[in-house]
Amino acid sequence: MKFIDNYQADATADLVYRACPMHLLEPMELMKDLKKGQVLEILTDYDGALEDIPAWCAKNGQEFIGISEDGCDDCYKLYIKKLS
Amino acid sequence: MKRAYMDHAAATPVRPEVLEAMLPFFVERFGNPSAVYDLGSEIKEVMEEQRGKVARLLGARADEIIFTSSGAEANNLAIKGMAQATYLKRGKHLIVSGIEHHSVLNSARFLEKFFDFEVTFLPVDRYGRVDPERLQKAFSPATVMVSVQHGSNEIGTVQDIPELVAMCRAAGIPFHTDAVATAGQVPVDVQELGVDLLSISGPALGAPKGIGALYFRNKLRLVPQLNGGIQESGRRGGTENIPGIVGLGRAAELALRELEGKAAYLAKLRDRLIAGVQKAVPHVFFTGHPENRVPGHASFCIEGIEGEALIFMLSSQGIYANTGSACASKALKTSPVLGAIGIRPDLAQGSIVFTLSRDNREQDVDYVLEHLPLAVEKLRSFSPVWRKKMAEGAGV
Repeated sequence: MKFIDNYQADATADLVYRACPMHLLEPMELMKDLKKGQVLEILTDYDGALEDIPAWCAKNGQEFIGISEDGCDDCYKLYIKKLS
Repeated sequence: MKRAYMDHAAATPVRPEVLEAMLPFFVERFGNPSAVYDLGSEIKEVMEEQRGKVARLLGARADEIIFTSSGAEANNLAIKGMAQATYLKRGKHLIVSGIEHHSVLNSARFLEKFFDFEVTFLPVDRYGRVDPERLQKAFSPATVMVSVQHGSNEIGTVQDIPELVAMCRAAGIPFHTDAVATAGQVPVDVQELGVDLLSISGPALGAPKGIGALYFRNKLRLVPQLNGGIQESGRRGGTENIPGIVGLGRAAELALRELEGKAAYLAKLRDRLIAGVQKAVPHVFFTGHPENRVPGHASFCIEGIEGEALIFMLSSQGIYANTGSACASKALKTSPVLGAIGIRPDLAQGSIVFTLSRDNREQDVDYVLEHLPLAVEKLRSFSPVWRKKMAEGAGV
């Protein structure tokens, strides 16, 4: 798992307290609206997202940038870049 | 026998237009909106259309609406969901008015009992209004939210929500209002009210029982109170009640269209009833605010009688009303709302509430005014306490 500082994102999906698998479904929808090279920030309190999001990126040809815990007491921040 | 049904806060008939809209969704269009095939995805589209209709009634965005099973569930989700989502950052203090519906009061007590929250139950004045200064004094750095009912189902008073919201907003405290008694009767616009969360109930709009909704301002986090899957974007588990949702959407559409004329119509009937009761029944105490009240709501405490006996006697004449608080009434307890506005326990026993709808006519009101004084007189004639009181020349 790659830990990073907060990253400048183009859009945010706040999925804290939302049931699984919203941590995958909503980012998938939001990615459709992003342009190539743009970054999506995903806020989630679901531990399973730490495996699911990088795996989804690998499977779908997107870049998993990393994870940050800065400024989010009760959640993780995951960053993904749209490549295709 | 003539029938004058005036207990619309308890139950309303489903409007024919609403039923007609719902019917295809019981048998022909039965798909699960979470299913990926066309029978499901087309239902998902229908559901989102209804979300838009409810949002339009409330001046909200469609993605700010969560469908629930009732106004009570919406209140539970608002209070518990918000408190549980924010206490780690803010603390464990909650403020609710003392005259809230049981679904708000008991959600607050639940947090107090099981999560060690401190709850401030705000006192109200004799009309049931929250004093803004007292609200502000109750704020603490640990306050997670404030909940004050928009209109009281028991005494009809409508609160000055924007004034209360302004104070909360300045302090960064989210505000919830229970608008079950007011939505569809008066304009309920979340932008004008400024609230962060707002509950409504389907039956109050002519939709069936079993459906309600919660508005939550975009970006607010809520901890689901019904754990499940991705329904309601992962905020409320359980397969959606599609016929109910379609009913609520159609009812919201009709309510928005009819809003302007409806409030004036109901207020006219209500005022005729209030004036008539005060004229025809001696020793009656009108409850709630005389002007700032729900248009179709008339409430009284009648000295020397038991409200339940009066309701029963009136029902034998085809007149249907309520004592105001079903829970308190069945347990023969004094209503906490009437206690909070300073009504003596013996007087509170004589509570009667009429809630009108667009189906009521002036003739219904006149029918009540014909039979109510007779019923009160008869019940008082059975009461030795009342006879003694009259002999001593005492009254309200």
